[in-house]
Amino acid sequence: MSEIIVITSGKGGVGKTTTTANLGMGLAMRGKKVVLVDTDTGLRNLDLLLGLENRIMYDLIDVTQGRVPYKKALVRHKKQENLFLLPTSQVKDKTAVNPEELVKLCDELRQEFDFILIDCPAGIEQGFKTAIAAADCAIVVTMPEISAVRDADKIIGELGRADKENIKLVVNRIRPQMVEKGDMLDMDDINDILSIECIGQVPDDEMVVTSTNRGEPCITMEKSQAGQAYRNIVGRILGEKIPFMTFPKEGFFSRLKRVFNL
Amino acid sequence: MLNALMKIFGKKEPSGKVARDRLKVVLIHDRASVSPEVMEHLKHDILEVVAKYLDIRPQEMNISLADDEDSVALVANIPVTSMRHGGKHIE
Repeated sequence: MSEIIVITSGKGGVGKTTTTANLGMGLAMRGKKVVLVDTDTGLRNLDLLLGLENRIMYDLIDVTQGRVPYKKALVRHKKQENLFLLPTSQVKDKTAVNPEELVKLCDELRQEFDFILIDCPAGIEQGFKTAIAAADCAIVVTMPEISAVRDADKIIGELGRADKENIKLVVNRIRPQMVEKGDMLDMDDINDILSIECIGQVPDDEMVVTSTNRGEPCITMEKSQAGQAYRNIVGRILGEKIPFMTFPKEGFFSRLKRVFNL
Repeated sequence: MLNALMKIFGKKEPSGKVARDRLKVVLIHDRASVSPEVMEHLKHDILEVVAKYLDIRPQEMNISLADDEDSVALVANIPVTSMRHGGKHIE
């Protein structure tokens, strides 16, 4: 039984693509056969995050317009053989695919894959409507920031209007020290405001940047805090009960280092 | 009370709480699809009706949507100077 999950947020820059890459990699690491479908046509980036930018021959538009079968457009990950990418076009725009075409494609992909993850573009226009059309469930990514939470609320409303009932929340880029000081919305605030089930809280982690630089999702890095948070989310998607991670309080020396900017 | 004390001691409210309170208000409006212009029209119309019966101070009127557990309430605070005894009587 395969599952189609759309990763969406409304606001740009909150980490949809990073989340898609990490969850896809994580599910593949757990032995699931996964395909990531980039629907951010014209602004594709999922290939970069996975280090697959030099291997693209055909794209989503070639498939939906019938020029090639989807198998020809799939790019297999270099190191993780369970993980595939269906990239989109960097030259076309979001009107190049319509919801019916994506639904039809996803029905085909269901035959072969355990998980189909759809990376949704920012905004609530046509690209968003296409991306969510085929989804069984949605993961809404937000940040503990007023504008990102407002946009997440809007997206949750839009998903509801599209009869998407199964919606989960991931709060990305939490800065525990700011939360501790009361200077950042915390999980309880966001849960209280959005009132949908939260399946992950990902701390802000420099390793996300360095791993993106290298084209290797941070979930593969044992020591990355964000990587650990993503591994937990993968477990929860697979139905495991995993408690939320607690963030260590800032120790005396690291605070001293921060104060003196060392 | 706490706010007043904090002001005396020059301590600001933590910005996370400010963010939460602002979000709550803005989301009520977003969800109800009520724009500030609509609220302004509504305020104007309510004033017109109430002014037929009561002497009010329109400048001090305050109208907003508020979160009340599971529902949204329209809260209007309209200071009344006096009742209009036999003033404008509507048949």
